[in-house]
Amino acid sequence: MTPKRAEHIALGLMVSGAFLALAILLFIIAVIMIKGLPHVTLRFLLDNPMDMGRAGGIFSTIVSTIYLLVVSLIIAIPLGVGTAIYLTEYTVEGKVTKIIRFGTECLAGVPSIILGLFGFILFVVKMGFSWCVLSGGISLAIMILPVIIRTSEEAIKAVPQSYRDVNEVLGGSKWQGVIRLVLPNAAPGILTGIILSVGRGIGETAVVIFTLGTSLRTPFSIFDSGRSMAVHFYILAQEGISMKNAYATAAVLVFSILIINIFSYYMMHRFVKGRT
Amino acid sequence: MPEPLIKARNVSLEADGKPILKDISLDIFRNEIFGIMGPAGGGKTSFLRLVNHTFRGSNVKIEGRLHVLGEDVLSDEVNPTPLRRKVSMVFATPVVLPMSIFENLVYGLRIQGIRDKSRLREAAERGLKAAILWDEVRDRLDKPAQKLSGGQQQRLCIARAMALSPDVLLLDEPTSGLDPISTFRIEEALKELKKRHTIVLVSNNTKQIARVSDRCAFFLMGELIETGKTSQMFTVPREKKTDDYIAGRFG
Amino acid sequence: MPATAADIRKKEKIIQRVFLIIAFSSLFSLFLIALFIFIEGFPMIMKVGLKDFLLSTRWSPTRGHYGIFAMIVSSFWVTIGALLFGGPLGLMCSIFLVEFASARWRAIIKPALELLAGIPSVVYGFLGVVYLVPLVRDYLGGPGLSLLTSCIILGIMILPTVISISVDALVAVPNSYREAAFSLGGTRWQTTYMVTVHAAKSGIITALVLGMGRAVGETMAVIMISGNALKIPTSILDPIRTMTSNIALEMGYASGMHRQALFATGIVLFFFVMALNTIATLFARRKAIK
Repeated sequence: MTPKRAEHIALGLMVSGAFLALAILLFIIAVIMIKGLPHVTLRFLLDNPMDMGRAGGIFSTIVSTIYLLVVSLIIAIPLGVGTAIYLTEYTVEGKVTKIIRFGTECLAGVPSIILGLFGFILFVVKMGFSWCVLSGGISLAIMILPVIIRTSEEAIKAVPQSYRDVNEVLGGSKWQGVIRLVLPNAAPGILTGIILSVGRGIGETAVVIFTLGTSLRTPFSIFDSGRSMAVHFYILAQEGISMKNAYATAAVLVFSILIINIFSYYMMHRFVKGRT
Repeated sequence: MPEPLIKARNVSLEADGKPILKDISLDIFRNEIFGIMGPAGGGKTSFLRLVNHTFRGSNVKIEGRLHVLGEDVLSDEVNPTPLRRKVSMVFATPVVLPMSIFENLVYGLRIQGIRDKSRLREAAERGLKAAILWDEVRDRLDKPAQKLSGGQQQRLCIARAMALSPDVLLLDEPTSGLDPISTFRIEEALKELKKRHTIVLVSNNTKQIARVSDRCAFFLMGELIETGKTSQMFTVPREKKTDDYIAGRFG
Repeated sequence: MPATAADIRKKEKIIQRVFLIIAFSSLFSLFLIALFIFIEGFPMIMKVGLKDFLLSTRWSPTRGHYGIFAMIVSSFWVTIGALLFGGPLGLMCSIFLVEFASARWRAIIKPALELLAGIPSVVYGFLGVVYLVPLVRDYLGGPGLSLLTSCIILGIMILPTVISISVDALVAVPNSYREAAFSLGGTRWQTTYMVTVHAAKSGIITALVLGMGRAVGETMAVIMISGNALKIPTSILDPIRTMTSNIALEMGYASGMHRQALFATGIVLFFFVMALNTIATLFARRKAIK
C-alpha cells in the first residue's frame, strides 16, 4: 500500500468517524424533537401531572427541577469559585494544590449512583432530612462542584496578572483586587461553567432519584420531596406509563439543555473575544 | 542640604539565594527627577519595588535601611497601603483596566472607599491635567480606556497614579514601548510634574535619562556604580564603567 | 483599619485561611462519600466474607445470598465493550478535529460533540430501547436487551470524555514536531500516525481510561438497555446486570442486610473508579514530566 493510498483510507476513516458521531447527535435531537415537541403545549407545561403522569402536564416537575438546581447552585457556586480563588490567588503551586486538584479530579470521577447512595444514607437517612430538595440539592452540588472549580479556575487564570499589579501599586489589598478586578473580569468564564453545570444537573437522574425522591407534588419548602423532569421521564419511559408524555418530557429536557449549551458556548466566545 | 525623601543606606537584597541588590546607598530629594539607568537585570526595578513595598519573591533576605518619606519601609511596622498612595508606580507596559477612562482614574480612590462624586471628579481632572491628557479625553471620560492609543494609555496610567496626589512617582521604563512623539509628550509631562512632585525614572535609554533627569544613578548587576548630577555623570563620569555604558560600549 | 505591614499580612492570612477551608470542600466531600459508603457497606462484607461476596454468583438477598461476581464480570465486559466502541470512534473524531479539519468544520463539530455530553443518560437509554434494541433482536437474535446494546450505547456516551481529553493531548503536541516530520517527506497521515499520536500517547491513554471510568459508573442508561438478568453473560447477546444497575434497581425497596449489600457493591464500584482515576492521573502526570 502506498503512503498516498494509506492517507486516503485514513482520512476517509477519520471523516466518517467524526460524521458518525455528529449523525448520532443529530439523530437523538431530531427523534426527541419530532416525537416530543408536538405534544408540548402550554397546558402540558403549566398543568400538574395527573394519574401518575399518564395525563396532565409536567408543571410540578419543572418546579422541582428548578428548585433543585437553585439550591445546588447556592451551595456549589461559593465553594467552587472560592476553591478556584484559593488555587489561583492565595497560594503557590505545591503539595496542597496538588492534593486539592487530585481530590477534585477524583470527585469528578465518582459515579452518580455512588453520589446517590451517599446522599441517601447521609442526608435522607442519617440526618433525617428524608427525600427532599435540600438532600437532592446538596448531593447535586457535590456533583457539579468539580465542573465549577475547573471552569472558574481557568477563567480566573485568564485575567491578566498586570491588573493585580495595578491594584497593588494603587494601594489596594489582595482582597480588593479579587473583588474589584479579578472576579468581574472572570465573570463570563465563571458563568459559562455555572451554565454548563446547570445543563448537567438538569439531566441527572441517579443522584436525584435517591435524594429528591419521586413525589409528584410541587415542593414548597426545601424539606419537601419532589420529582425532577429527568426522573419523571425515566419513570414514564421505564414503567411504560405514557410514551406520549415521555417523549414530550424528553423534548422539554433536551430543548432546555440545547438552549443552555448554545448560550454557554456564546458566552464563552464573547469571553474569549473580550480578552484579545 | 535638605532631608532626602528617599534615603537608602547599604541596602542589599537577595531572593532564592541570588543577590539582586548589593549595598546600595543613595539619596533622592524633593522636586527632582532622579534617573536610574543600567542594563536589564541590574536591579533597577527591584529597587523601585522596595521603595513602594511591592517586592515579591521567595526566600527574600533584605539588609540595610531604606527610608521613604521618613518611614522605614523595610521594617514590618510600615503600613504599605498609605505608603503606596504616597509613592505611586507606573509600569513599563501601560496597564489600563477594562473599564471607562474615568473609572480607571478613580480606581485608587474608590478602593479607599471614597464615593463622593465631586471629589472623584476633581481627582480625575487633577490626574489628567498632570499627565497632559485632559484636553484629549475630557469629553469622553465614560468611554472604555482600552480604546485609547498606546501613548495615551501610558499617560492615563500616569494620570491614574497622579489622581492619588502622591509625593513620589516611580516610573519603570514608562516609554519603552512608545513611539518618539508619545515619548516626547510624556517627558514634557514629567518636567511639569517635578515642580510639585518627586520622580524616580528607571530607564535603559541613556538619552532619556540625560534629557529629563536632574540627578541619576547607574546600576550594574545589583551594584550602584555611580551617582551624581546628570550633567556631571554624562560629561565627566568618575567610573570607567559608567563612561563605557553611556558611550554604548555595553548594555 | 489595619495599621502595619504585619497587620495587613495577618488580615490577608485570615482571608487565605477561609479560602483554604473552602478549597478543601471537594476533598472533604470525597472523604465523606468514601466514609459513609464504607460505614454502611463494610460490616456486611465482613459478615458474609470477602470471598463469598466477591466471588459467588448467587445473589438472592431474600434468602441471604449476597454474591456479586456475575455483576462484576458484567460491569467489566460492558466497560471493555464501551471502550471498543467509543475508543476508536472517539480517537478518529479527535484526530480528524485536530489534524485534518478546517477551522470552520472544527467550529461546528467540536461544540456539537460537546453537546453529546449534555444529553441526559436516561435519554440515551430510552432511545437505545426504542431504536437499537429491536435492531439487535431482529438481526442478531437474543432478547435485544443485552451486553452488546449496552456496549454500543455506553460507547457513544463516553465519546465526549474521550474526545475532549484526547483533543487536548493532540493540540498540546508542538507544531515543530509535525513540521520536522513533514520536512522529512512524510505524508500528513504518516506524520499524524507516527509522530503526533505517538507524542500524545499518554494523554490519549488518559482519555481512554477516564472514558472507562465513565462507562463503569454509568447507571440509568444501563438499567434501561441491559436486560438486568442476574447471570454471567456467555455471549454478547445475553442480557446482563451491572453493579451500578443492581444498586439502582434494588435501592428503592432494600432494607437491612440487603441495603448494606448494595452499599458494599458501591464500595467495589468505588474502588474500580478510583483505580481508573489513579491510572489516568499517573498517565497525565507522565506527560507533564516529559
